[in-house]
Amino acid sequence: MAVGSGGLQDKPWTDPKAQPFIRIEGVSKHFGDVAAVNGVDLNIYRGEFFALLGASGCGKTTLLRMLAGFETPSAGKIFIDGVDMADIPPYRRPVNMMFQSYALFPHMTVGQNVAFGLQQDGVGKAEIAERVAEMLDLVQIRALAKRKPDQLSGGQRQRVALARALVKRPKLVLLDEPLGALDRKLREQTQFELVNIQEKLGMTFVIVTHDQEEAMTMASRVCVMNAGMVEQVGAPAEVYEYPNSRFVADFIGTANLFDGVVTEVSSDQTRVASPDLGGDIVIGGGGAVAKGATVRVMVRPEKIQVMPDGSPDPGFNSAEGIVREIAYLGDVSVYHVELMSGKRVQFTRANLLHTADAPLTWDDRVRFQWHPANGILLVI
Amino acid sequence: MNGRLPWFAISMLVLGYLFLYSPILSLIFYSFNESRLVTVWGGFSTKWYGALMQNDALLSGAWLSVQIAFLTACVAVVLGTLAAFALIRFGNFRGRTLFAGMVTAPLVMPEVITGLSLLLLFVAMEAVLGGPGRGMMTIVIAHATFATAYVTVVVQSRLGQLDMSLEEAAMDLGARPFKVVRVIILPLIWPAMLAGWLLAFTLSFDDLVIATFTSGPGAKTLPMEVFSSVRMGVSPQINALATIFIVVVTTMVVIANQVAFRRRA
Repeated sequence: MAVGSGGLQDKPWTDPKAQPFIRIEGVSKHFGDVAAVNGVDLNIYRGEFFALLGASGCGKTTLLRMLAGFETPSAGKIFIDGVDMADIPPYRRPVNMMFQSYALFPHMTVGQNVAFGLQQDGVGKAEIAERVAEMLDLVQIRALAKRKPDQLSGGQRQRVALARALVKRPKLVLLDEPLGALDRKLREQTQFELVNIQEKLGMTFVIVTHDQEEAMTMASRVCVMNAGMVEQVGAPAEVYEYPNSRFVADFIGTANLFDGVVTEVSSDQTRVASPDLGGDIVIGGGGAVAKGATVRVMVRPEKIQVMPDGSPDPGFNSAEGIVREIAYLGDVSVYHVELMSGKRVQFTRANLLHTADAPLTWDDRVRFQWHPANGILLVI
Repeated sequence: MNGRLPWFAISMLVLGYLFLYSPILSLIFYSFNESRLVTVWGGFSTKWYGALMQNDALLSGAWLSVQIAFLTACVAVVLGTLAAFALIRFGNFRGRTLFAGMVTAPLVMPEVITGLSLLLLFVAMEAVLGGPGRGMMTIVIAHATFATAYVTVVVQSRLGQLDMSLEEAAMDLGARPFKVVRVIILPLIWPAMLAGWLLAFTLSFDDLVIATFTSGPGAKTLPMEVFSSVRMGVSPQINALATIFIVVVTTMVVIANQVAFRRRA
């Protein structure tokens, strides 16, 4: 699924000696009594495509605005390229932002919009013309240079906004929901382009989004935020496969959660007795929890497999239930199965019309199972 | 729609236009009247326009009114724009509600009260500070107080529609705050400022009550002049003067519309 690793072949965040490009140290922001951002520590490395992901109101945009200099942290420090940003106003930061509303200047043409930043720096006329043309070529809107923003479509405006944010070759580009206003098809296509442009220019991108698919597709690392705090930071696959909390498990993708008590811990597996499932759950790997602990096990819907009719109970990671709901999504279908305990489990099946798999329908009795490697232990 | 308006709508439209414009049309018509009597047609003539040119009192009143209206409009646009900025851009500062109320109070204040209170103020100031002497300046001050309210309302609504992130984007691209105002905000709100200026000019130009209260012995504005001459019977010169103003104002409005329209296209 991941389009690009943000241009990073080596992973600087795994190297303890690597110098982070942006250091966010204990940053909080209060609006009145409300803490929009609460004690955030983050390191972002040069060349990363870093996504701040969260529901609306989780503080991701406020954090981005603090990087741009539009908000001042109530506490904590922000360093960009080793420089403390505390007293540096927005117009002197090595940062450009692409706004959610695009914020194109309505009284200027596309070319003038893109040239604006260079004019502020006193760049010569010839060079401005050259760099604007180059940037418009990069985002493929050179033909529109003479138009005003209100004569452009949403997708074209988005490109102008991107060109304007990139033309000064900033060390850091901030993108606030850059694809939010585009329709789905255009969005998917633009995601690829954004990643390509970022790799080509080698800048550091920090993107804010509420769309987990978008974050997973584009980012080298994803930071999941909730209520002003960081829940988990990691590569998309890491966050999806090994969420560290129930919130992350639920927010990224869909999660089946089973509560239970640890009955056995050995070096290579953990066994959990789960009344939710009506049986035992075995998880590969052990040692993380103590016997007797109350835990929650997460299994992704696509990791669950339907067993052929009449299969015997394997004794663990398996249950029988009745199909209650089916959601047809085209490529896959989502099945909601009700277990004996009343618990509902979701799993997906690819829609392969010409297979031997018996089609499932409402009120069918079905037995499913999953491999021990696919269960993730969450501490409650 | 088949392109035909129902008869009811058409007749209502005609009636409405008649109600609004027939007095003005009859005024223009009678300005070309030969007769001395305003309401009796005595044949075509432009003699009242000639007489108007000889009427120093009316002409000097008109000139004074133009000067006052011009100064008032300029002062009101500066103050009103600043007030609008304070109301829109400075968030919910302490006393904002009071400030908003005070700025717009002159909109609903009876003119007699505004005029009287300002007269009392000017008299007291003369006694304590020795000035300003009542005359053109005091009228400008008085007019600016209420015209500012109108400009504030007009500019405020435009400023409120502006996306705040435009300013942030400009700053993000390296423009200092002053430059942001100059190259981003002013170009976007100038139509509202122009509209406010024209409104202030008009309001000042046709004000009679407040000017009467706050003027001094030497300063008689056009409405004061017209009012006092009408009391002694309407001279067709007034019609001629009004016709000239209607032509001038109409031309200005048409030009302003053209300018605004071309900007948008």
